[in-house]
Amino acid sequence: MDVIVNLFCAAVLAGTPLLFGTLGEILTEKSGNLNLGVEGMMFMGAISGLAGALFYENLFSVPGGIPAAVLAVVFSFLFGMLGALIYSFLTVTLRANQNVTGLALTIFGTGFGNFFGDVIGGRSASGYAAVGAATKAVFQNIRIPYLSDIPYLGKLLFSYNFLVYLGIAVAVTMAVFLNKTRTGLNLRAVGEDPAAADAAGINVTKYKYFATCIGGGICGIGGMYISMVICSGVWVNNCVSGMGWIAVALVIFATWSPSRALLGSLVFGGLSIMRMYIPLGIPSQIYDIFPYLATVIVLIATGIRQSREHAIPKSTGVNYFREER
Amino acid sequence: MNLIRSRSAVEKKEPFVRMVKRSGITWRKAYLIRALALICALLTGALIILLLGHNPVSVYADMIKGSFGSRISRIETIKIAIPLLGSSLCVALAFKMKFWNIGAEGQILAGAIAASYIALFHHQSMPGPLLLIFMFLVAVLAGGLWGLIPAVFKARFNINETLFTLMFNYIALGFINYLQNGPWKEIPGGFPKIAMFAFDARLPKVFGVHIGWIIVLALVFLVYGYMKYTKHGYEISVVGESSNTALYAGMNVRKIIIRTMFISGAIAGLVGFMQVSGSDYTLTNYTANGVGFTAITVAWLSKLNPLIMVAVSAFLAILQKGSNRIQTDFKIPASAASLLTGTILFFMLGCEFFITYKLIFRKGQKNGRNR
Repeated sequence: MDVIVNLFCAAVLAGTPLLFGTLGEILTEKSGNLNLGVEGMMFMGAISGLAGALFYENLFSVPGGIPAAVLAVVFSFLFGMLGALIYSFLTVTLRANQNVTGLALTIFGTGFGNFFGDVIGGRSASGYAAVGAATKAVFQNIRIPYLSDIPYLGKLLFSYNFLVYLGIAVAVTMAVFLNKTRTGLNLRAVGEDPAAADAAGINVTKYKYFATCIGGGICGIGGMYISMVICSGVWVNNCVSGMGWIAVALVIFATWSPSRALLGSLVFGGLSIMRMYIPLGIPSQIYDIFPYLATVIVLIATGIRQSREHAIPKSTGVNYFREER
Repeated sequence: MNLIRSRSAVEKKEPFVRMVKRSGITWRKAYLIRALALICALLTGALIILLLGHNPVSVYADMIKGSFGSRISRIETIKIAIPLLGSSLCVALAFKMKFWNIGAEGQILAGAIAASYIALFHHQSMPGPLLLIFMFLVAVLAGGLWGLIPAVFKARFNINETLFTLMFNYIALGFINYLQNGPWKEIPGGFPKIAMFAFDARLPKVFGVHIGWIIVLALVFLVYGYMKYTKHGYEISVVGESSNTALYAGMNVRKIIIRTMFISGAIAGLVGFMQVSGSDYTLTNYTANGVGFTAITVAWLSKLNPLIMVAVSAFLAILQKGSNRIQTDFKIPASAASLLTGTILFFMLGCEFFITYKLIFRKGQKNGRNR
C-alpha cells in the first residue's frame, strides 16, 4: 500500500509540468493553432521564472520567499506568452506555416533558455543560476495541519507543492470555460470552422491571439515548474528535455479535454519515475525510454480508434485567410 | 435603413492598412526582402549582444574569424556543415511531401548504431574498404527503417508523424545511453563510454577533412536531380501539394509516402555513418547533437532547394563554430547559436508574407470613401 501511495504522489509531482504543457496546448489547439513550440515556450518559462525570482532576491538582497515565487509564476507566464505571441504574429497575421513556426519557436526557446541560463549563471558569484533557500522553500511540498496527517488520504491529497493545486485549478477552470461559457463555445467554433465563426460575427483573429498567448503562458508555468521544483531552483541546461513534446502528444491522449489531461499527465508522470518504485530488473536507461514509447503507443491507439466526438478541432494546423474562403 | 447605415459604416472604416496578393514578384525583389529580413535578424542579435555589454561588431567579427581564421577552424566549420547539409537533404525530401519528419536526429542515431555495431564487433572479419562499404550499407538500411516505421503508420492509419518521428529520436537516444552504460561499455565498471573504432573503420581524409564532404556534395546533386527530374520527385511534390489530387491522378499515395520516408531516413542513416566513422570515431549520445533539428531550419530557409542548402548549412555552421569562439573570447554562451538561428528563422518565416502580399496603406480620406 505504501508503495502505491508513494508512487501516486511521485507521479503527480512528476506529471505536473506535463499537465501545464498539455493544458496550454489544448487551449491553443482549440483556436485552430497547432503550436509545436511547447518545448520552446517551456524553456522560456523555465528560465524567466528562475530569473524573476532571482531578480526579486537581488533587488531587495533577501533570500526570496513568497513574493519571489509569485514573481516566478508571473514571469514564466509572461515569457511563455511572449513565445506564443511571436508564434501568433507569424501564423495569424503573417500567415506563416504553423508547423515550421512551431519548430522555430522550439529552437528559439531552447536557445533562449540555455543562453540566459548561462548568462545569469556566469554573472552570479557561485557560477550557476540558483535561487535562495526561502524561495526554494515556497516550492516545497506543503503541510496542512491535521489534513496532511490523515493516513494515506492526507498524503494522497494534501502533500504537494502549490503549483500542483494551481495546475488542477487551471484544468477545472478550462473545462468549465470550454464547455459552459459563451466565450469558450465561441473559441471552439473558431477552432472547428473559422469561416463559419467569422460569418457569425466572432473576431477570429482576436480569439486565436488570446487563446494561443494564454495557452503559451500556461506552458511557461509548466517550464518554471521544471526549473524551480524538479531542478530545485538551479538552472540546468536542457532541463526541459522533451517534456514539451510529450505534452503535445498528451493533448492527443487527452482527446482535447482538460479533465482527461489530468489523467494523462498522471500516467506519464508515473512512467517517468517508475524505475524508482517498481523494480523490473531492467537497466535504468531502458526505463527512461518508457514515456516516449508509451507516447508512440498512445498515438497509434488514439489514431486507430478515431471517433468524431473526440477528434482534433477541425481547422487545427490550417491558417485562416478571410480572403480565400 | 439598417442596411444603408451599416454600409456607410463599412465605407468610413476603411482599414489603415490592407493586403493584396501580389500577382508576381521578380526574384530580385524577393531576394531583397529576404536579405532585409536576414539583416533585421542579425540586428536583433546585435541588440542582445549590446544588452550584454559587448560590442556587436567585434563579436560578429570574432565569429567570422573564429570560423574562417585558420586552417583548423575552417576544417572544423566544414566538419559541422557536413552532417547539417546531409540531414537537411533528408528533411527536405520529407517536407516536400508535407511529411513533417522531425526525426532526422533519431534516424541519424539509428544509422550510427548500426555502423558502430559493425565497426566495433566485426572489424576483423573483412578488409578495410569492404568494412567501410558494409558499414555504409547497414547504416543506410537502419536509418531508412527507422524512418520507415512512422511512415507506415502515417500511410496506413494517418497517425501524426511529427510526434511519432520525434519520439523515435528519444527512443534511439535512450538506446545509445543503454549501450554505452551496458553491453557496449569499453571497460566494464569504468566510465560509460564506447571504445574508439579500429583504423580500418575510419573514413579516409581528403584535404584534411574526412571524405564525407565529397559524399554529401554528391548527394546534393543526386537529391536535386531526384526531386526535379524523376517521376518519383514529381510524385512527391504532388502528394505535398494535395494528397487528394495525387489520389485522383491515380498515384499510390501510401507507397509514395513509405518510399520517400525510407529514402529520407536512409540519408540520415548515412549522416550517422559519416559522424561515427569520419568525425568522432566512436558512438556517443552526442553523435547527432541536435543536427536533425537545425536541419529543419536549413531546409526551410533554402525553400527545400538542395543547391541553396549548401550555402545555408555553411552559414549556420559558421554561426555555430563562431558561437563556440565567442564563448571563449567574450564569455557569451555558445547557445547563442540556437538563439540566433531561431531569430533568423522567425524573420525569414515572417518575410515570406511580404513576398506573397503587398501592403496598401490608407490614402486620403476622400480617396478611401470613393472606393
